[in-house]
Amino acid sequence: MLKLYDIELSSRLLLGTARYPSPAILSEAVKRSSAGIVTVSLRRETSGGKTGGAFFELIRQLGVRILPNTAGCHSASEAVLTAKMAREVFGTNWIKLEVIGHHDSLQPDVFELVEAARILTDEGFEVFPYTTDDLIVGEKLLAAGCRVLMPWCAPIGSAAGPRNPSALIAMRAAFPEIPLIVDAGLGRPSHAATVMELGYDAVLLNTAVAGAGDPPAMAEAFAKAIDAGRLGYLSGMLEPRDMAVPSTPVIGKAVFS
Amino acid sequence: MNLIVNGERQFLEAGTLADLLVALEYEGDWLATAINGDLVHREDRADTRLAEGDRIEILSPMQGG
Repeated sequence: MLKLYDIELSSRLLLGTARYPSPAILSEAVKRSSAGIVTVSLRRETSGGKTGGAFFELIRQLGVRILPNTAGCHSASEAVLTAKMAREVFGTNWIKLEVIGHHDSLQPDVFELVEAARILTDEGFEVFPYTTDDLIVGEKLLAAGCRVLMPWCAPIGSAAGPRNPSALIAMRAAFPEIPLIVDAGLGRPSHAATVMELGYDAVLLNTAVAGAGDPPAMAEAFAKAIDAGRLGYLSGMLEPRDMAVPSTPVIGKAVFS
Repeated sequence: MNLIVNGERQFLEAGTLADLLVALEYEGDWLATAINGDLVHREDRADTRLAEGDRIEILSPMQGG
C-alpha cells in the first residue's frame, strides 16, 4: 500500500481540482478517480470569502485528504508564507511545494525549492516538492527533510507524457526507498501506465482529467491505467528483444514434407 | 488610514485586522491573513493593530493542481 508521511493510501492517484467545467463535474471526477488526495490552492478573493467558502465546503464533502499547493510562487519566501497561510486554512502540515523559476515552462526553481523545503520542514511541515528529474536536487531535497519526491515528466499542463524516461528510471534506481510521484506533464492514461511500469509509486494529475471531453470518465480511465501499470511493474515484465521468439512450442510439431 | 488590501490601495478606518475583515464583509473560518509578509493567525486578528500603509493579504481556498 502507498505510504506518504506515515499515511497509508489505497489509491495511487492524486487529483488536482482546477479547470473543471463545473463543481459538479469536479466532484464526479474525484469520485470516479478513487483518489484519496486532492490538491487545492489559495488565492486572493474579493467576494468576502464566499466563493472560497463554497469551494472548501465542496472539497470537505468529498471526504478526501487535502494537499494544498504553493502554485504561482516564485521565491522561497513567497512559498513559505503561502504554505503557512495554507496550514491556517486547511489545518494540515502537508504542502505541495511549488517554486516556479520560468514563466513559459513552469520549470521549478530548484535552488529556491530546496531552501523553502528546508525552512518548511523545520517549521513542522511535511513537504511534497514539485521538482525536476535531477538526482542531485533530489538528494538535496531529502537532506532538507523531504520524504517524498515529485518529479515532473514534462511541463505542467503540456500533456506531452514522459519526455525523458531514462531520467525517470535513473531517479527510481537512485531513491529506491523514497515514494516517487510523477507530478505534471501527463496527458493520457497510457502515460500514467508507463511511469507506473517504471516503478513510480503514484501519479498526480489535473489538466489531463479536467481538460478531457468527459472528465469523470477520464478520471476512471487514469485510475485503471495506474492500477494496471503498478500491477505490471510488480509482475515481472519481459525485456524487449530484437528477434522473434515463437510463443507456440515447436517440440512435437508435425512434419509434412 | 491608507491600506493595501490584496494589492489594492484602500482608505479605511479599521483599528485591528479583525475590524478590517468586518468592514470589508469577509466572513468564514477558511480565511488566512498576512500583514507585510507575515502570517497573522486567526486568533490574533482582534489584537493586531493596523498601521498606515500596511499591506494586507486575505486569502481563501481555491481550485489548484
